[in-house]
Amino acid sequence: MSSIKCECGHLNPEGTDICQNCGRPLSTEEKSKKLADMRYDGAAIRSKTHQRTVVDKIWNFFSSVKIGVSIIIAILVAAAVGTILPQVFYIPGGGANEAQTAQYYEDNYGIFGQIYNALGLSDLYGSWWFMTLVGMLGISLVVVSLDRGIPLYKSLKNQRVDRHPSFLKRQRLYGEGQVDDPDAVMKKAAEKLKEQRYNIREKNGALLAEKGRWARWGPYVNHLGLIIFLFGVMLRALPGFYVDESMWIREGEILAVKGAPGLYLENKGFTFDVYTQENTDEVFSEAIDRVGTVASNYQTDVALYETPEGALPGSTNAELVKEYSIVVNKPLKHEGFHIFQMDFKLDELSAMTFALENKETGESLGELTVNLDDPQKDYDLGNGAKVELLDYYPDFDGFENGEPQTKTPVPNNPAFLFKMTTPETPEGETSFVAIRQTLEPLGENTHKLAFQKAETRDVSGLTIRKDKTIPVIVLGGTIFMIGLVQGSYFNHRRFWIRKSENGQVMVAGHTSKNWVALQRELDAVTEYAGLPAYTDQRDKEAQTDKPEGDSKS
Amino acid sequence: MNLVDLSGNLLFTAFIAYLAGTILFGGAVKGSKNEASASNKRWGKLGITVTIIGFLAHLGYFITRWMASGHAPVSNMFEFTTAFGMLLVGAAILFYFLYKTPLVGLFALPIALVILGYAAMFPRDIQPLIPALQSHWLTIHVITAALGEAILAISAVVGLIYLLKNIDLTKKSKERKWLEFIMYTLVVVLGFIVITVGFRAAGYEAAFDYVDKNDMQAEVVYHMPPLFGMNEYNAKTEGTMDPLAEMPPIINAKTLTTFTWSVIAGTILYFLIRLITRRRIAELVKPLAVKANSQLMDEIGYRSVLIGFPVFTLGALIFAMIWAHEAWSRFWGWDPKEVWALITWLFYAAYLHLRLSRGWEGRKSAWLAVIGFAIIMFNLVAVNLVIAGLHSYA
Repeated sequence: MSSIKCECGHLNPEGTDICQNCGRPLSTEEKSKKLADMRYDGAAIRSKTHQRTVVDKIWNFFSSVKIGVSIIIAILVAAAVGTILPQVFYIPGGGANEAQTAQYYEDNYGIFGQIYNALGLSDLYGSWWFMTLVGMLGISLVVVSLDRGIPLYKSLKNQRVDRHPSFLKRQRLYGEGQVDDPDAVMKKAAEKLKEQRYNIREKNGALLAEKGRWARWGPYVNHLGLIIFLFGVMLRALPGFYVDESMWIREGEILAVKGAPGLYLENKGFTFDVYTQENTDEVFSEAIDRVGTVASNYQTDVALYETPEGALPGSTNAELVKEYSIVVNKPLKHEGFHIFQMDFKLDELSAMTFALENKETGESLGELTVNLDDPQKDYDLGNGAKVELLDYYPDFDGFENGEPQTKTPVPNNPAFLFKMTTPETPEGETSFVAIRQTLEPLGENTHKLAFQKAETRDVSGLTIRKDKTIPVIVLGGTIFMIGLVQGSYFNHRRFWIRKSENGQVMVAGHTSKNWVALQRELDAVTEYAGLPAYTDQRDKEAQTDKPEGDSKS
Repeated sequence: MNLVDLSGNLLFTAFIAYLAGTILFGGAVKGSKNEASASNKRWGKLGITVTIIGFLAHLGYFITRWMASGHAPVSNMFEFTTAFGMLLVGAAILFYFLYKTPLVGLFALPIALVILGYAAMFPRDIQPLIPALQSHWLTIHVITAALGEAILAISAVVGLIYLLKNIDLTKKSKERKWLEFIMYTLVVVLGFIVITVGFRAAGYEAAFDYVDKNDMQAEVVYHMPPLFGMNEYNAKTEGTMDPLAEMPPIINAKTLTTFTWSVIAGTILYFLIRLITRRRIAELVKPLAVKANSQLMDEIGYRSVLIGFPVFTLGALIFAMIWAHEAWSRFWGWDPKEVWALITWLFYAAYLHLRLSRGWEGRKSAWLAVIGFAIIMFNLVAVNLVIAGLHSYA
């Protein structure tokens, strides 16, 4: 690789803007500028110097801030488009059924909804192209950090104290002038700067004061954090890293926890509470009047059981781990599993009681209770009366070809086909019993099953999660935050002071940001040490802005 | 006087103090030739004193309401917007002490006043917390996010000053048009306040039955003449106007009606101002901005993004993810509010990269800061009231 030789004799790598030794401008572009481009302290960055091979081209593509910002904007716009209509995972059914999903968008949002769904915008965040954009951002973060970070690190590590006057003159804060005793002024300036916690290096009548260099690594630290974060998100796709299940559990039921082998959960009771005028503080009364019902609590009391390690599969000797009340915002936590209160159904039927009656006399021959979870085949009512349950339809949905149909196995609308046998009717009578409906398919009966009462219970909807990527995500987030604070709340400040040949003193200052604070420090040093006055070479309005007595009063 | 009344009175005190503060800061700017003048300092000191008194009263409102309800008052639209106004003033005070310029206060206070006025249009009663909000993360996440947004908003305030000073209003240009559009938007918000207060004072009410998007019968009460009717509406109040058009179930016709009335009122107000003064609003405000030091405004704008961005990241993304993980079983779920927080974050990230690497300073930077504030406001207003996901309030 070729190199550029500076007037001072230092050999700089190709692409260097400012001589890494003395600070003279090297490139023609840099020479044409009034102020030095201090972004990477003028160091050569890889993307500016390697432009030949395919690898170079790919590298240069991803190292370009222009491309980086374009990717950010593309993600931003895409993300916004995804909020125009609800995404599939927020619609009923969650988008599991494609035809149903399409129907939903068409029914609710018309032609626009149809197009939105057809273009895949209804599942935008899971689309290949959105993920590609995020992936490109990740690559860009890696490349740009290496491309800029390494040269900047080298450049700042090998700073020379006595930079060339042309370097000082091209700094934004610059001043020069005659002083009586340059050595004394330099000495006092060093004193004051030390007081301001600058690290001072002196050489050949020149002085370099520097502090907060570590703030310059902030962007690279936060980029590293983001890369780790994105890596953590990617890990989720691997099997075993992420469990996401949901289950319905009825009061009194014990079920295996989905996605968590060996764990069992018992629902000991669900509670749903609302705020009322009686149970809440009086400050809320106006709001409760205006809004009506406001929920105050959703709670599932559970007992968690676990089969001991090494137990045979299917063995029932599970041990109680703990009892816990799961409420919103307070999931049950066990061995990395989190169980959340997510949903509920109130008053699901659990048992129905009927009385066997003589239709004419109304005489009761006894009662039977059908446990809907565990319906029996025969119910003996004594005295020669019995009822046989021929068939059970938990979620009766009408007839198809004369056959009763059930929509789901959930007892939302139970229906029964009974055979009633009494001493009067030893051959038995068939009756179809549903809620508010009785059919006698095989002719007129003398007996009927009269509904007496129902028992209900609540059902809790729980979500089970296990996310092994959380530590990686937390690590990434923490590093990102540290880097962000490091780069945002701390500044890298430098002053260069040197005597020139004709007995003058030159002073220049640079900071990564917060120029007002830098000026304040330089003002203090100038006053204490008698340095020549400086100007902000960028601030065109500053000349007219010096303190003046515009109003005498 | 009970806590709730005290709280209300303190908020009113703050409102008056901010008005006075605006006038005093105006005096500071008017009497000075430029940023560093003596008059600036004297009036500026008065202005900042009154502003701090207002801020303390505002803080008093916040604390007493917190004591009365038992939870941080950031749980509905009124409370959140009022808290955001308070933090915006807090951020303006911080920047006054960092840079000693009355201009930030002069422009930030009226914006805070408009925000407070906007907040007051929502139901102000103290509401009990629904289960999802019963968490200490409500306090931590919402206050941090709002603080971050308030600090970021300062960049838009100084950006506006920068643009008012540097855009040549005597020549026709895109920039002049957009600057005037910003002014117009502010007037529309005023229009919203005027029209809401007006119809409220008149006691206007029109009740309707309608069929919502889940095919359920529902009831809605308009407090403005119903320009648009809800899906399959059926008037229940006699003698009110008939809606001009019926909306499909996915559109909230009541919100649309309020919006339309606000635009009508705002537009009338805008043209009245133009007619009476014979000037663009930007021209009316410009004299207050011409004494600004552009370099300083640019510096303050950049600094406020630097200070606000990490706070916003912490509050609106990191704390949000921790809470979402506790409450909704996942740290990220692409809920519209989450997405718009991410969009805000990406936008300011772009701002920082453009500034650092592509030299977008001064005017470009100022425009970006104003757009950033528009995104924050969009997330507060439109996402809550129109898009409405898991975060919708009130």
